[in-house]
Amino acid sequence: MRQFHAFVKKEFLEQLRSGKLLLCVILFCLFGIMNPAVAKLTPWMMEVMSEQLAESGMTVTAVEVTALTSWTQFFKNMPLMLIVFLILSSPNLTTEYQRGTLINVVTKGMRRWKIFLAKMGVMASVWTLGCLLSYLITYGYNAYFWDNSVAGHVAFAVFCFYLLGLWLISVLGMASVFFNSPGAVMLAMGGAFGISYFLGLFPAVKEYVPSYLLESASLLAGVKAIGDYLPAVLITVALLALQGFVSIIAFSKKNI
Amino acid sequence: MNILEVSHVTKSFGSNRVINDLSFSVPEHSIFGFIGKNGAGKTTTMKMTLGLLKADAGEIFVNGEKVAFGENATNRYIGYLPDVPEFYGFMTPQEYLKMCGDITGMPGEEVKRKSEELLEVVGLSQAKKRIRGFSRGMKQRLGIAQALLNSPKLLICDEPTSALDPVGRKEILDILHSVREHTTVIFSTHILADVERICDRIAFLHKGCIARSGTLEEIKGLHRSSDIEIEFLEAQDAGRFLGLCRNCVQAEAAKVIVSPNQEEGMAEVLGILAANRIPIRRLEQLDATLEDLFMEVAGK
Repeated sequence: MRQFHAFVKKEFLEQLRSGKLLLCVILFCLFGIMNPAVAKLTPWMMEVMSEQLAESGMTVTAVEVTALTSWTQFFKNMPLMLIVFLILSSPNLTTEYQRGTLINVVTKGMRRWKIFLAKMGVMASVWTLGCLLSYLITYGYNAYFWDNSVAGHVAFAVFCFYLLGLWLISVLGMASVFFNSPGAVMLAMGGAFGISYFLGLFPAVKEYVPSYLLESASLLAGVKAIGDYLPAVLITVALLALQGFVSIIAFSKKNI
Repeated sequence: MNILEVSHVTKSFGSNRVINDLSFSVPEHSIFGFIGKNGAGKTTTMKMTLGLLKADAGEIFVNGEKVAFGENATNRYIGYLPDVPEFYGFMTPQEYLKMCGDITGMPGEEVKRKSEELLEVVGLSQAKKRIRGFSRGMKQRLGIAQALLNSPKLLICDEPTSALDPVGRKEILDILHSVREHTTVIFSTHILADVERICDRIAFLHKGCIARSGTLEEIKGLHRSSDIEIEFLEAQDAGRFLGLCRNCVQAEAAKVIVSPNQEEGMAEVLGILAANRIPIRRLEQLDATLEDLFMEVAGK
């Protein structure tokens, strides 16, 4: 446990001193503020543009903005934050291979599975903290300006998106075990998501792939029920465990 | 007892066989020089010993325990200094050693005491800045401190001096020499002066197997030269001597090298000098240098 704790401490120190943690906190906060802000500004923007639109024959009626508008923005904007987060995190293990910094740690008797779990754990913690920040900020503003109760199952919908992020972090981890460059890790992540998205095009398996979790915004307006997402949630959790297991086995035999 | 035993180890990278049925052992409390040209397989052997590379065949034992690739149970006996030690630049040396101590499972108090002691030994006790700003020599010294932190039975150093200036080299060699009481040191190098300075046992690695091994004296003894170098006071004395002695050549104006073809060469030379009252400045039995041996091994 002390080995694990020492390495987790090192990972957090790195996140802190490299400024990555601060950058992530700022970005997640900005993304959290952006959702209600865009919703709040929509009527004003419409008004500003109404003259222009009228000239081209479109009439703008009063736009009604509710918490639902803000939550819809949340699910539109957060995937971009996920991409930024994954790009920032992709060199996490590969930098250690390239610089040879793990050699000292491993030859000191550090168990490799602890290195892997510590890295994944810290990445997942930052993702959890970030999602929570964005969620709470959007929730707070929404409660202040409107009424959150108009959107259904917000917490579960956000959880689905959060779980998709965890799955991609575990893909990142597995790719980092098999590849030595951050570019290859990014490609592998893109490939994994691409496969899931492609499979999602077939109606028979649509609801069983992780990328289906990206559509959890349908829960808000009551188009879908929680039960519709449970298969995808369970399969994603199973994939997470399987990928973790494969990564740890492969990492213990990797030439570092 | 042998702290390290390498037995019939083979390793190839693709079709290139780097280590070929390599066997040798290192007894405890020695400073073992592992000598070979670049690409002879020194680093590969060390990495296999540390479980960082998988041997294709053969076995390696550290302190009697078998080394398994990917596992690192035997690494608790070993301190390792890579040729270019890399650290986390965002940490201070104190923080780095604390992390190493926690990884090895040393008690907290001992980590603190040992870190302070070792940073003092390697001359980094005043360095409070982060490792990112360290010079190559400072990193090498921190590398030694981290390698010695858990008082390992075996210290493996991969070319610890090759990139350092003469002052840095001397400091590192002095540190290695000072730890020999508690720790067996293996260090790979192609700087032969370093080997002669501190090693008591050596092995020449050539084309993936041991070409020569033994104590420094044994190795030198195998190739002892019988040549005698005489430096005279005056050039004309050298001329006189050349006329009286067989098998000698003039190296410089006042310097002659005798290559006697019998064991009593020295007695014969001294006899000639005494009988003819030829004054000399210096007379020396020449030893085979490691460089001669290295060239012989590498050239064959």
